[in-house]
Amino acid sequence: MSDQGTQPSDTDPTAPDPQAQQEQASSGRQTSVYNLDAHTRRYAQRTAGMTASEIRALFSVASRPEVVSLAGGMPNLAALPLDSLGEEIARLVSTDGQAALQYGSAQGVPQLREQICEIMSLEGIDAHPDDVMVTVGSQMAMDLVTRVFVDPGDVVLAEGPSFVGALGSFAAYQADIVHVAMDSDGLQPEALRQTIDEVTRQGKRIKFLYTIPNFHNPAGVTLATERRAEVLDICARHGIMVLEDNPYGLLGFDGQTYPALRASDPDNVVYLGSFSKVFASGLRVGWVLAPHAVREKLVLAAESATLCPPTLNQMIVSRYLSTHDWQGQIKVFQEQYRERRDAMLGALEQHMPAGCDWTHPEGGFYVWFTAPEGVDAKAMLPRAVTQRVAYASGTGFYSGEFGNRQMRLSFCYPTPERIHEGVRRLANTITEELDLVHTFGSADRRPMTGPQAPSPDTA
Amino acid sequence: MSDRWVAVLSGGLSHEREVSLRSGRRLSAALRSADVTVTEWDADGRLLDRLQHERPDAVVIALHGGEGENGAIQSILDMLGVPYVGTDPRACRRAWDKPTAKAEIARAGLTTPDWVVLPHSTFRELGAQAVLDALVAKLGLPLMLKPDQGGSALGARVVREAAELPSAMVGALSYGDTVLVEQFIEGTEVAIGVLDGTGGPEALPAVRIEAADGVYDYAARYTAGLTSYQAPAELDAETATRAGELAVAAHRLLGLRDVSRTDAIVDRHGTVHFLEVNVSPGLTETSLLPMAIDAADRSLGTTFAELIERAIARRH
Repeated sequence: MSDQGTQPSDTDPTAPDPQAQQEQASSGRQTSVYNLDAHTRRYAQRTAGMTASEIRALFSVASRPEVVSLAGGMPNLAALPLDSLGEEIARLVSTDGQAALQYGSAQGVPQLREQICEIMSLEGIDAHPDDVMVTVGSQMAMDLVTRVFVDPGDVVLAEGPSFVGALGSFAAYQADIVHVAMDSDGLQPEALRQTIDEVTRQGKRIKFLYTIPNFHNPAGVTLATERRAEVLDICARHGIMVLEDNPYGLLGFDGQTYPALRASDPDNVVYLGSFSKVFASGLRVGWVLAPHAVREKLVLAAESATLCPPTLNQMIVSRYLSTHDWQGQIKVFQEQYRERRDAMLGALEQHMPAGCDWTHPEGGFYVWFTAPEGVDAKAMLPRAVTQRVAYASGTGFYSGEFGNRQMRLSFCYPTPERIHEGVRRLANTITEELDLVHTFGSADRRPMTGPQAPSPDTA
Repeated sequence: MSDRWVAVLSGGLSHEREVSLRSGRRLSAALRSADVTVTEWDADGRLLDRLQHERPDAVVIALHGGEGENGAIQSILDMLGVPYVGTDPRACRRAWDKPTAKAEIARAGLTTPDWVVLPHSTFRELGAQAVLDALVAKLGLPLMLKPDQGGSALGARVVREAAELPSAMVGALSYGDTVLVEQFIEGTEVAIGVLDGTGGPEALPAVRIEAADGVYDYAARYTAGLTSYQAPAELDAETATRAGELAVAAHRLLGLRDVSRTDAIVDRHGTVHFLEVNVSPGLTETSLLPMAIDAADRSLGTTFAELIERAIARRH
């Protein structure tokens, strides 16, 4: 047999490869070699994990109403005042359209940056608008911070588990992600010390600690106030920057807030904020607050990435903040999410078999769930889909093979009734899977390729 | 042909929804380029109403892995009297259930890897280890494990050592209650499309599959560039003929209609082993049937437009 099948072609990927030697096959026709991607050999090494994913394909059913999806992370926007918002946006375009539809500065609209500083003051941050840069969601800020700080092989510390979008950014810049353990009070300072020592002993260079101190995604826990100074102190003493990601800080179910890490260490913390969870995720408006010198580099990096964040979207956010009771709106969100959290915790208590464990979030969107010993949450997903329920398996929130028994259950999008039904179905799924595991005494730990967490538009 | 209006069904609620949506999009585009007017519908709660009230000239089923392959949607279309491309419900059922299809093939004297079908309950009630030991004693190693129904290699796994069996069982049984355990045949993996024409079913050129790391799993199937394909497969004339005959025989034996795709392995002696047959073959950018159609110097759009005409003619 010829090995020409392994030779990628340089031509139209849908066409047979004309450069490959064509042989007369038995049928009398010329044999063609179909390599379906002519660029296979050109991709950068960082694309290695970008393959089709059996797990992600299963999330396709989440959009169907028969399926209760506890997998996604879409905020519940139903409570937004769409009528008055529509009027405001119409007025904005008709009166300020020349500015709103024009390029802006890479740093963002000045008025919005001032308003962002007011918002951050709710969590104890004293910042100047000059040190704020508006980004296309905080995801873009994550990408830019990584671009500015990380060379391939540099270590980034992150809680284990951690936000999948951040892990994706770090991996795209070929960072070496090392996880630090958490407990119910968030990141463990002692584990942080040990991890730093271990990584340093291996001769590796740690660039920063990525942390979500409030209402963690996916773990659902909050860094205890008394631990905050200690974490900052450990990082400062080891020369490690802190990247603080705080999209959920204002979504405490009792309106409680926590002092931002940035509030007590302006020089060593780069802070990320977002309007996605407190206003509208589709506008893609977030921000980064950074020390002056870092901010200058981020602005230049942002220019090369996007020139500037969308002006219209920034002005919509700014108008919303100045003309609507946005704090009252956040209270509405808090109440809705609290009701959904209660529905989920109640249903878990009622339906789950023995041996399960889960976190009790005081804010945010997620419960982090641990299945009984022997269950592999990733391998169980097809069974869950058969039962018409979906979740995000824990492995997607780690770099490396961790999180097999875990899953992230989101309560942000489905109604309380649907959440209850979803948890009931999930409990059945787990019971069936346990039966299987008891029979075979083993879980399916087959490694699977490609992204394992749902895409942002998953219900 | 140009004034036909057809509904392409894709999506559904199976594990292969994503693949089906891709098949549906590609097929719809191909039909439009053949001047067929196309509506794309999901197989959901609105389907019955749409079929009854909008009455497309015909339906093309691009659903995979569930109602579109096990005969359920076909039954509905038969009851409503809507012409559709593809196999009737009873024959769908025979092809959909892999052990049933294999049994028919074996009964006709054709070659298919030796196999055993077991539900989870047998392992639970008789003791897993004893049953697994018996399986290895009977079939040897390596083994191929797969759910008895469904496609896209979901839940399928090659087991080379007995120690891997329990976890592979758990993987396969996550997709369904029953597992098909087959002898794994080393060799060249080929797929042979069959199209019904005026002279009866005819095999398309075989497509040979070469996965980069030897495992044609989900990622290898749907990541363009990870796998390369040869069409027509380089087989000696006799083997190529036998492969085509096997696929046509499967198509006839199981009573399939319009289109099917048989997956087979050619071992080093040139024997062609039947693995399974699909009544709703994948039509995505990385799927095998469109490559076979291309290798036969035909286009996907006109090929399916012709099948649509056949389907409509059956109704009159």
